[in-house]
Amino acid sequence: MAERLKVHVDPDKCQGHARCNALAPELFELDEYGNAHETGDGTVPPGLEDKAWLAKSNCPEIAINVFEE
Amino acid sequence: MSDVNQPAAHPPVTDWVHDFDHTDPQWTENPFPIWDELRAASPVVHTQRFLGCYLPTTYEAVREIANDTEHFSSRRIIVRDVRPEITSKNAAPPITSDPPVHKPAKQLLLPPFTPDAMKKLEPRVRAICNELIDDFIAEKSVDAAARYTKHIPVRAIAHMLGIPESDSELFINWIHMILELGITDESKLLQAVQEMSAYFSGHIEARKNKPTDDLISYLMNARDKDGNPLEDTHVLGSLRLLLIAGIDTTWSAIGSSLWHLANTPADRERLIAEPGLIPTAVEELLRAYSPVTMAREVVKETTISGCPVKPGNMVLVSFPAANRDPKMFPDADKVVIDRRENRHAAFGLGIHRCVGSNLARMEMQVALEEWLKRIPDFRLDPAGTVTWSQGTVRGPRQLPFLLGKAM
Repeated sequence: MAERLKVHVDPDKCQGHARCNALAPELFELDEYGNAHETGDGTVPPGLEDKAWLAKSNCPEIAINVFEE
Repeated sequence: MSDVNQPAAHPPVTDWVHDFDHTDPQWTENPFPIWDELRAASPVVHTQRFLGCYLPTTYEAVREIANDTEHFSSRRIIVRDVRPEITSKNAAPPITSDPPVHKPAKQLLLPPFTPDAMKKLEPRVRAICNELIDDFIAEKSVDAAARYTKHIPVRAIAHMLGIPESDSELFINWIHMILELGITDESKLLQAVQEMSAYFSGHIEARKNKPTDDLISYLMNARDKDGNPLEDTHVLGSLRLLLIAGIDTTWSAIGSSLWHLANTPADRERLIAEPGLIPTAVEELLRAYSPVTMAREVVKETTISGCPVKPGNMVLVSFPAANRDPKMFPDADKVVIDRRENRHAAFGLGIHRCVGSNLARMEMQVALEEWLKRIPDFRLDPAGTVTWSQGTVRGPRQLPFLLGKAM
Protein backbone atom coordinates (compact mmCIF):
# COMPACT_ATOMS: atom_id res chain seq x y z
CA MET A 1 0.00 0.00 0.00
CA ALA A 2 1.47 3.35 -1.06
CA GLU A 3 2.37 5.74 1.72
CA ARG A 4 -0.13 8.54 2.12
CA LEU A 5 0.38 12.03 3.43
CA LYS A 6 -1.59 12.87 6.57
CA VAL A 7 -2.13 16.00 8.66
CA HIS A 8 -2.87 16.35 12.34
CA VAL A 9 -3.71 19.43 14.44
CA ASP A 10 -2.47 19.36 18.04
CA PRO A 11 -5.55 20.56 19.93
CA ASP A 12 -3.46 21.76 22.88
CA LYS A 13 -1.48 24.10 20.65
CA CYS A 14 -4.28 25.36 18.38
CA GLN A 15 -5.40 28.86 19.30
CA GLY A 16 -7.91 29.40 16.50
CA HIS A 17 -5.91 31.61 14.13
CA ALA A 18 -7.77 29.65 11.40
CA ARG A 19 -4.97 30.08 8.83
CA CYS A 20 -5.13 26.37 8.01
CA ASN A 21 -8.85 26.48 7.28
CA ALA A 22 -8.39 29.59 5.14
CA LEU A 23 -5.57 28.03 3.09
CA ALA A 24 -6.74 24.39 2.98
CA PRO A 25 -10.45 24.15 3.82
CA GLU A 26 -10.52 20.61 2.34
CA LEU A 27 -8.06 19.44 4.97
CA PHE A 28 -8.93 21.50 8.08
CA GLU A 29 -12.29 22.15 9.68
CA LEU A 30 -13.21 24.51 12.51
CA ASP A 31 -15.40 23.78 15.53
CA GLU A 32 -17.97 26.13 17.09
CA TYR A 33 -15.14 27.99 18.87
CA GLY A 34 -13.19 28.48 15.66
CA ASN A 35 -10.52 25.95 16.66
CA ALA A 36 -9.17 23.58 14.02
CA HIS A 37 -8.99 19.83 13.53
CA GLU A 38 -8.08 17.70 10.53
CA THR A 39 -10.92 16.62 8.21
CA GLY A 40 -11.74 12.93 8.69
CA ASP A 41 -8.67 10.95 9.65
CA GLY A 42 -6.36 13.59 8.22
CA THR A 43 -5.59 11.78 4.98
CA VAL A 44 -4.51 14.24 2.31
CA PRO A 45 -6.24 13.50 -1.02
CA PRO A 46 -3.89 13.31 -4.02
CA GLY A 47 -3.19 16.76 -5.45
CA LEU A 48 -3.61 18.56 -2.12
CA GLU A 49 -0.13 17.83 -0.72
CA ASP A 50 1.04 21.39 -1.40
CA LYS A 51 -1.87 22.77 0.61
CA ALA A 52 -0.97 20.53 3.54
CA TRP A 53 2.59 21.93 3.66
CA LEU A 54 1.33 25.50 3.13
CA ALA A 55 -1.07 25.20 6.08
CA LYS A 56 1.69 23.79 8.28
CA SER A 57 4.09 26.60 7.45
CA ASN A 58 1.48 29.27 8.14
CA CYS A 59 0.34 28.11 11.59
CA PRO A 60 1.66 30.64 14.12
CA GLU A 61 1.36 28.09 16.94
CA ILE A 62 3.20 25.31 15.03
CA ALA A 63 0.22 23.11 15.82
CA ILE A 64 0.12 21.20 12.53
CA ASN A 65 2.01 18.01 11.85
CA VAL A 66 2.35 16.67 8.28
CA PHE A 67 3.60 13.10 8.04
CA GLU A 68 3.59 9.98 5.93
CA GLU A 69 1.76 6.89 7.01
CA MET B 1 -4.14 49.80 23.11
CA SER B 2 -3.19 53.14 21.67
CA ASP B 3 -1.25 55.32 24.05
CA VAL B 4 -0.96 58.96 24.71
CA ASN B 5 0.52 62.24 23.63
CA GLN B 6 4.00 62.11 25.15
CA PRO B 7 3.69 63.55 28.66
CA ALA B 8 5.87 66.52 29.49
CA ALA B 9 7.90 64.33 31.88
CA HIS B 10 9.42 62.35 28.97
CA PRO B 11 12.71 63.79 27.73
CA PRO B 12 13.62 62.88 24.13
CA VAL B 13 15.44 59.57 23.77
CA THR B 14 19.16 59.69 23.03
CA ASP B 15 20.11 56.10 23.96
CA TRP B 16 17.52 53.72 22.54
CA VAL B 17 19.24 50.54 23.73
CA HIS B 18 19.15 51.54 27.40
CA ASP B 19 16.30 54.01 27.47
CA PHE B 20 13.67 53.21 24.82
CA ASP B 21 10.35 55.07 24.80
CA HIS B 22 7.54 54.02 22.49
CA THR B 23 5.85 57.40 22.99
CA ASP B 24 8.89 59.28 21.62
CA PRO B 25 8.22 61.16 18.36
CA GLN B 26 11.10 59.31 16.62
CA TRP B 27 9.37 55.97 17.29
CA THR B 28 6.03 57.41 16.17
CA GLU B 29 7.52 58.67 12.93
CA ASN B 30 9.46 55.54 11.99
CA PRO B 31 9.89 52.72 14.51
CA PHE B 32 11.41 50.13 12.15
CA PRO B 33 15.09 51.22 12.22
CA ILE B 34 14.82 51.62 16.01
CA TRP B 35 13.69 48.00 16.34
CA ASP B 36 16.56 46.88 14.11
CA GLU B 37 19.04 48.73 16.34
CA LEU B 38 17.54 47.25 19.50
CA ARG B 39 17.40 43.73 18.04
CA ALA B 40 21.08 43.92 17.14
CA ALA B 41 21.88 44.84 20.76
CA SER B 42 19.86 42.22 22.62
CA PRO B 43 16.77 39.97 22.46
CA VAL B 44 15.38 41.95 25.42
CA VAL B 45 16.10 45.59 26.28
CA HIS B 46 14.99 47.66 29.27
CA THR B 47 14.10 51.24 30.18
CA GLN B 48 13.60 52.91 33.56
CA ARG B 49 10.74 54.90 32.03
CA PHE B 50 7.20 53.82 32.80
CA LEU B 51 8.41 52.63 36.23
CA GLY B 52 10.54 50.02 34.48
CA CYS B 53 9.70 48.25 31.24
CA TYR B 54 11.26 45.56 29.04
CA LEU B 55 10.97 45.27 25.28
CA PRO B 56 11.58 41.89 23.60
CA THR B 57 12.97 42.50 20.13
CA THR B 58 12.93 39.06 18.52
CA TYR B 59 10.09 36.79 17.40
CA GLU B 60 11.43 34.04 19.68
CA ALA B 61 11.53 36.28 22.79
CA VAL B 62 7.99 37.54 22.08
CA ARG B 63 6.77 33.97 21.66
CA GLU B 64 8.36 32.87 24.92
CA ILE B 65 6.68 35.70 26.82
CA ALA B 66 3.27 35.27 25.17
CA ASN B 67 3.28 31.58 26.10
CA ASP B 68 4.40 32.09 29.71
CA THR B 69 1.41 33.15 31.76
CA GLU B 70 3.10 32.02 34.97
CA HIS B 71 5.76 34.76 34.89
CA PHE B 72 3.95 37.32 32.74
CA SER B 73 0.49 38.37 33.89
CA SER B 74 -2.24 40.05 31.89
CA ARG B 75 -3.60 41.79 34.96
CA ARG B 76 -1.95 44.94 33.55
CA ILE B 77 -1.82 45.31 29.77
CA ILE B 78 -1.17 49.00 29.29
CA VAL B 79 2.25 50.56 29.88
CA ARG B 80 1.74 53.84 31.72
CA ASP B 81 3.69 56.24 33.91
CA VAL B 82 1.61 55.08 36.87
CA ARG B 83 0.56 51.67 38.20
CA PRO B 84 -2.94 52.18 39.60
CA GLU B 85 -4.71 49.59 41.72
CA ILE B 86 -6.20 46.60 39.94
CA THR B 87 -9.94 46.28 40.60
CA SER B 88 -12.80 44.34 39.06
CA LYS B 89 -14.04 47.68 37.70
CA ASN B 90 -11.04 48.02 35.38
CA ALA B 91 -11.07 44.37 34.43
CA ALA B 92 -12.02 43.52 30.86
CA PRO B 93 -12.21 39.75 30.70
CA PRO B 94 -10.58 37.87 29.04
CA ILE B 95 -7.87 40.34 27.98
CA THR B 96 -6.98 41.08 31.61
CA SER B 97 -7.43 37.48 32.73
CA ASP B 98 -4.80 34.89 33.58
CA PRO B 99 -5.37 31.13 33.76
CA PRO B 100 -7.48 29.53 35.15
CA VAL B 101 -10.21 32.20 34.78
CA HIS B 102 -9.01 33.11 31.28
CA LYS B 103 -10.28 30.06 29.40
CA PRO B 104 -14.00 30.14 30.33
CA ALA B 105 -14.11 33.92 29.81
CA LYS B 106 -12.55 33.56 26.38
CA GLN B 107 -14.59 30.53 25.30
CA LEU B 108 -17.71 32.58 25.85
CA LEU B 109 -16.64 35.13 23.23
CA LEU B 110 -15.35 32.75 20.56
CA PRO B 111 -18.57 31.47 18.89
CA PRO B 112 -19.82 34.91 17.67
CA PHE B 113 -16.41 35.56 16.03
CA THR B 114 -15.77 32.38 14.00
CA PRO B 115 -15.14 32.63 10.22
CA ASP B 116 -18.66 31.21 9.63
CA ALA B 117 -20.18 33.96 11.80
CA MET B 118 -18.16 36.49 9.81
CA LYS B 119 -19.60 35.21 6.52
CA LYS B 120 -23.02 36.31 7.78
CA LEU B 121 -21.72 39.78 8.66
CA GLU B 122 -19.82 40.26 5.41
CA PRO B 123 -22.68 41.69 3.30
CA ARG B 124 -23.28 44.43 5.90
CA VAL B 125 -19.57 45.31 5.96
CA ARG B 126 -19.49 45.45 2.15
CA ALA B 127 -22.50 47.76 2.22
CA ILE B 128 -20.85 49.98 4.86
CA CYS B 129 -17.71 50.30 2.70
CA ASN B 130 -19.73 51.27 -0.35
CA GLU B 131 -21.87 53.77 1.57
CA LEU B 132 -18.68 55.44 2.74
CA ILE B 133 -17.14 55.47 -0.75
CA ASP B 134 -20.37 56.85 -2.27
CA ASP B 135 -19.95 59.84 0.00
CA PHE B 136 -16.54 60.96 -1.29
CA ILE B 137 -15.94 59.30 -4.64
CA ALA B 138 -16.70 62.46 -6.61
CA GLU B 139 -14.04 64.42 -4.71
CA LYS B 140 -10.49 64.85 -6.03
CA SER B 141 -8.81 64.68 -2.64
CA VAL B 142 -9.89 62.85 0.47
CA ASP B 143 -8.58 61.99 3.92
CA ALA B 144 -9.05 58.23 3.70
CA ALA B 145 -8.62 57.88 7.47
CA ALA B 146 -11.39 60.32 8.36
CA ARG B 147 -13.78 59.36 5.54
CA TYR B 148 -13.21 55.58 5.21
CA THR B 149 -10.96 53.54 7.51
CA LYS B 150 -12.13 55.17 10.74
CA HIS B 151 -15.76 54.25 10.18
CA ILE B 152 -15.67 50.66 9.03
CA PRO B 153 -14.72 48.79 12.22
CA VAL B 154 -16.81 50.93 14.54
CA ARG B 155 -19.95 50.47 12.45
CA ALA B 156 -19.31 46.72 12.05
CA ILE B 157 -18.88 46.13 15.78
CA ALA B 158 -21.87 48.37 16.57
CA HIS B 159 -23.90 46.20 14.20
CA MET B 160 -22.74 43.02 15.97
CA LEU B 161 -23.47 44.47 19.39
CA GLY B 162 -26.91 45.61 18.25
CA ILE B 163 -26.31 49.26 19.07
CA PRO B 164 -27.05 52.04 16.57
CA GLU B 165 -24.32 52.58 13.97
CA SER B 166 -25.31 56.25 14.20
CA ASP B 167 -23.85 56.31 17.73
CA SER B 168 -20.38 55.78 16.18
CA GLU B 169 -19.07 59.24 17.11
CA LEU B 170 -19.98 58.57 20.75
CA PHE B 171 -17.91 55.37 20.75
CA ILE B 172 -14.95 56.96 19.01
CA ASN B 173 -14.96 59.71 21.60
CA TRP B 174 -14.97 57.24 24.52
CA ILE B 175 -12.05 55.36 22.98
CA HIS B 176 -10.14 58.59 22.63
CA MET B 177 -10.82 59.38 26.29
CA ILE B 178 -9.90 55.93 27.57
CA LEU B 179 -6.90 55.11 25.44
CA GLU B 180 -5.38 58.50 24.81
CA LEU B 181 -6.44 61.27 27.21
CA GLY B 182 -7.06 58.77 29.99
CA ILE B 183 -3.45 57.62 30.12
CA THR B 184 -2.39 60.84 31.84
CA ASP B 185 -5.78 62.17 32.97
CA GLU B 186 -7.43 59.67 35.28
CA SER B 187 -10.64 61.75 35.46
CA LYS B 188 -11.17 61.39 31.70
CA LEU B 189 -10.68 57.64 31.94
CA LEU B 190 -13.21 57.37 34.77
CA GLN B 191 -15.71 59.62 33.01
CA ALA B 192 -15.59 57.58 29.82
CA VAL B 193 -15.84 54.26 31.67
CA GLN B 194 -18.83 55.59 33.60
CA GLU B 195 -20.56 56.87 30.46
CA MET B 196 -19.94 53.61 28.62
CA SER B 197 -21.28 51.60 31.54
CA ALA B 198 -24.41 53.76 31.73
CA TYR B 199 -24.90 53.44 27.97
CA PHE B 200 -24.58 49.65 27.97
CA SER B 201 -26.66 49.29 31.14
CA GLY B 202 -29.48 51.01 29.29
CA HIS B 203 -29.19 48.56 26.43
CA ILE B 204 -29.05 45.61 28.82
CA GLU B 205 -32.20 46.85 30.58
CA ALA B 206 -34.06 47.23 27.27
CA ARG B 207 -33.18 43.66 26.29
CA LYS B 208 -34.50 42.18 29.54
CA ASN B 209 -38.03 42.80 28.28
CA LYS B 210 -37.31 42.42 24.61
CA PRO B 211 -34.45 39.96 23.92
CA THR B 212 -32.57 40.44 20.68
CA ASP B 213 -30.30 38.41 18.43
CA ASP B 214 -27.12 40.40 19.06
CA LEU B 215 -23.93 40.18 21.11
CA ILE B 216 -25.40 42.06 24.08
CA SER B 217 -28.22 39.51 24.44
CA TYR B 218 -25.68 36.75 23.86
CA LEU B 219 -23.65 37.90 26.86
CA MET B 220 -26.79 38.36 28.95
CA ASN B 221 -27.84 34.78 28.15
CA ALA B 222 -24.40 33.31 28.85
CA ARG B 223 -24.09 30.95 31.78
CA ASP B 224 -20.98 29.92 33.67
CA LYS B 225 -20.16 26.27 34.40
CA ASP B 226 -22.49 26.34 37.41
CA GLY B 227 -25.35 27.61 35.29
CA ASN B 228 -25.24 31.13 36.71
CA PRO B 229 -25.46 34.28 34.62
CA LEU B 230 -22.33 36.43 34.39
CA GLU B 231 -21.71 39.17 36.94
CA ASP B 232 -22.70 42.62 35.72
CA THR B 233 -19.10 43.80 35.96
CA HIS B 234 -18.05 40.92 33.69
CA VAL B 235 -20.70 41.70 31.07
CA LEU B 236 -19.92 45.42 31.12
CA GLY B 237 -16.16 44.76 31.05
CA SER B 238 -16.49 42.44 28.08
CA LEU B 239 -18.72 44.90 26.20
CA ARG B 240 -16.22 47.69 26.83
CA LEU B 241 -13.45 45.41 25.60
CA LEU B 242 -15.27 44.48 22.40
CA LEU B 243 -16.02 48.08 21.58
CA ILE B 244 -12.51 49.31 22.30
CA ALA B 245 -10.58 46.34 20.92
CA GLY B 246 -12.46 46.30 17.66
CA ILE B 247 -11.94 49.86 16.59
CA ASP B 248 -8.52 51.50 16.84
CA THR B 249 -6.83 48.29 15.87
CA THR B 250 -8.61 47.39 12.65
CA TRP B 251 -8.90 51.03 11.59
CA SER B 252 -5.10 51.17 11.81
CA ALA B 253 -4.57 48.01 9.79
CA ILE B 254 -6.90 49.08 6.98
CA GLY B 255 -5.26 52.52 6.92
CA SER B 256 -1.71 51.17 6.79
CA SER B 257 -2.72 48.85 3.96
CA LEU B 258 -4.20 51.67 1.89
CA TRP B 259 -1.16 53.83 2.65
CA HIS B 260 1.11 51.08 1.35
CA LEU B 261 -0.98 50.61 -1.79
CA ALA B 262 -1.09 54.38 -2.40
CA ASN B 263 2.72 54.38 -2.33
CA THR B 264 3.30 51.16 -4.27
CA PRO B 265 1.63 51.17 -7.68
CA ALA B 266 3.07 47.74 -8.57
CA ASP B 267 1.33 46.06 -5.62
CA ARG B 268 -1.87 47.99 -6.25
CA GLU B 269 -1.94 46.94 -9.91
CA ARG B 270 -1.23 43.33 -8.99
CA LEU B 271 -4.18 43.20 -6.59
CA ILE B 272 -6.50 44.84 -9.12
CA ALA B 273 -5.46 42.26 -11.72
CA GLU B 274 -5.63 39.38 -9.19
CA PRO B 275 -8.25 40.13 -6.55
CA GLY B 276 -7.93 36.50 -5.41
CA LEU B 277 -4.52 37.50 -4.02
CA ILE B 278 -6.06 39.98 -1.58
CA PRO B 279 -6.30 37.54 1.37
CA THR B 280 -2.59 36.67 1.00
CA ALA B 281 -1.76 40.37 0.68
CA VAL B 282 -3.75 41.13 3.85
CA GLU B 283 -1.58 38.67 5.80
CA GLU B 284 1.61 40.33 4.51
CA LEU B 285 0.27 43.81 5.28
CA LEU B 286 -0.64 42.60 8.77
CA ARG B 287 2.91 41.33 9.18
CA ALA B 288 4.67 44.42 7.86
CA TYR B 289 2.38 46.99 9.49
CA SER B 290 1.10 45.15 12.54
CA PRO B 291 -1.08 47.60 14.42
CA VAL B 292 -1.08 46.19 17.94
CA THR B 293 1.51 46.02 20.68
CA MET B 294 0.39 44.39 23.89
CA ALA B 295 1.87 44.41 27.37
CA ARG B 296 2.28 42.20 30.40
CA GLU B 297 3.39 42.69 33.97
CA VAL B 298 6.32 40.60 35.20
CA VAL B 299 5.10 38.83 38.35
CA LYS B 300 7.89 36.29 38.85
CA GLU B 301 11.59 36.46 38.09
CA THR B 302 12.74 34.54 35.02
CA THR B 303 14.97 34.73 31.94
CA ILE B 304 13.88 35.29 28.35
CA SER B 305 16.33 34.27 25.62
CA GLY B 306 18.96 34.30 28.33
CA CYS B 307 18.11 37.81 29.58
CA PRO B 308 17.08 38.21 33.24
CA VAL B 309 13.64 39.69 33.75
CA LYS B 310 12.54 40.99 37.14
CA PRO B 311 9.10 41.34 38.73
CA GLY B 312 7.49 44.76 39.06
CA ASN B 313 8.48 45.70 35.52
CA MET B 314 6.10 45.88 32.60
CA VAL B 315 6.88 44.23 29.27
CA LEU B 316 5.95 45.84 25.96
CA VAL B 317 5.06 42.75 23.95
CA SER B 318 5.89 44.05 20.50
CA PHE B 319 4.23 41.81 17.93
CA PRO B 320 5.11 44.38 15.26
CA ALA B 321 8.84 44.14 16.07
CA ALA B 322 8.64 40.34 16.18
CA ASN B 323 7.05 40.38 12.74
CA ARG B 324 10.07 42.26 11.36
CA ASP B 325 12.62 39.75 12.72
CA PRO B 326 14.84 38.64 9.81
CA LYS B 327 15.55 35.37 11.62
CA MET B 328 11.90 34.50 11.19
CA PHE B 329 11.02 36.19 7.88
CA PRO B 330 13.32 36.40 4.84
CA ASP B 331 13.23 40.00 3.49
CA ALA B 332 11.54 40.95 6.75
CA ASP B 333 11.79 44.66 5.96
CA LYS B 334 10.08 44.35 2.56
CA VAL B 335 6.43 43.93 1.75
CA VAL B 336 6.29 40.78 -0.38
CA ILE B 337 2.69 40.99 -1.42
CA ASP B 338 2.41 37.29 -2.34
CA ARG B 339 4.49 35.94 0.57
CA ARG B 340 3.78 32.24 0.86
CA GLU B 341 5.02 31.39 4.35
CA ASN B 342 3.80 33.88 6.86
CA ARG B 343 3.21 32.77 10.41
CA HIS B 344 3.07 36.35 11.60
CA ALA B 345 2.04 37.28 15.14
CA ALA B 346 -0.08 40.34 14.39
CA PHE B 347 -2.99 38.80 16.31
CA GLY B 348 -0.75 37.61 19.10
CA LEU B 349 0.45 34.15 20.05
CA GLY B 350 -0.79 31.69 22.64
CA ILE B 351 -3.96 31.79 24.70
CA HIS B 352 -4.62 35.51 24.21
CA ARG B 353 -4.84 35.23 20.41
CA CYS B 354 -7.13 38.05 19.36
CA VAL B 355 -10.79 37.00 19.58
CA GLY B 356 -11.59 39.37 16.73
CA SER B 357 -8.97 38.10 14.27
CA ASN B 358 -11.53 36.63 11.86
CA LEU B 359 -13.56 39.86 12.00
CA ALA B 360 -10.48 42.00 11.41
CA ARG B 361 -9.40 39.87 8.44
CA MET B 362 -12.85 40.02 6.90
CA GLU B 363 -13.05 43.79 7.34
CA MET B 364 -9.59 44.27 5.84
CA GLN B 365 -10.31 42.05 2.84
CA VAL B 366 -13.66 43.67 2.12
CA ALA B 367 -12.39 47.22 2.72
CA LEU B 368 -9.54 46.69 0.25
CA GLU B 369 -11.65 44.80 -2.31
CA GLU B 370 -14.31 47.51 -2.44
CA TRP B 371 -11.85 50.40 -2.47
CA LEU B 372 -9.76 48.86 -5.28
CA LYS B 373 -12.88 48.02 -7.30
CA ARG B 374 -14.18 51.57 -7.17
CA ILE B 375 -10.98 53.61 -6.81
CA PRO B 376 -8.20 51.76 -8.66
CA ASP B 377 -6.10 54.91 -9.04
CA PHE B 378 -5.05 56.87 -5.97
CA ARG B 379 -1.87 58.26 -4.48
CA LEU B 380 -0.64 60.20 -1.49
CA ASP B 381 -1.31 63.91 -1.72
CA PRO B 382 2.14 65.53 -1.84
CA ALA B 383 0.61 68.68 -0.33
CA GLY B 384 -0.71 66.74 2.68
CA THR B 385 0.90 65.07 5.70
CA VAL B 386 0.36 61.51 6.84
CA THR B 387 0.27 61.43 10.62
CA TRP B 388 0.73 58.21 12.58
CA SER B 389 -0.88 57.42 15.92
CA GLN B 390 1.33 57.41 18.97
CA GLY B 391 2.10 54.65 21.41
CA THR B 392 0.97 51.09 21.19
CA VAL B 393 -1.51 50.95 18.31
CA ARG B 394 0.07 52.11 15.09
CA GLY B 395 -1.87 53.38 12.11
CA PRO B 396 -2.35 56.49 10.00
CA ARG B 397 -4.69 59.01 11.60
CA GLN B 398 -4.56 61.34 8.61
CA LEU B 399 -4.26 59.84 5.17
CA PRO B 400 -4.54 62.55 2.50
CA PHE B 401 -5.06 60.94 -0.90
CA LEU B 402 -5.56 62.28 -4.40
CA LEU B 403 -8.10 60.16 -6.28
CA GLY B 404 -7.92 59.31 -9.96
CA LYS B 405 -4.99 59.02 -12.33
CA ALA B 406 -2.01 61.35 -11.88
CA MET B 407 -2.10 64.06 -14.53
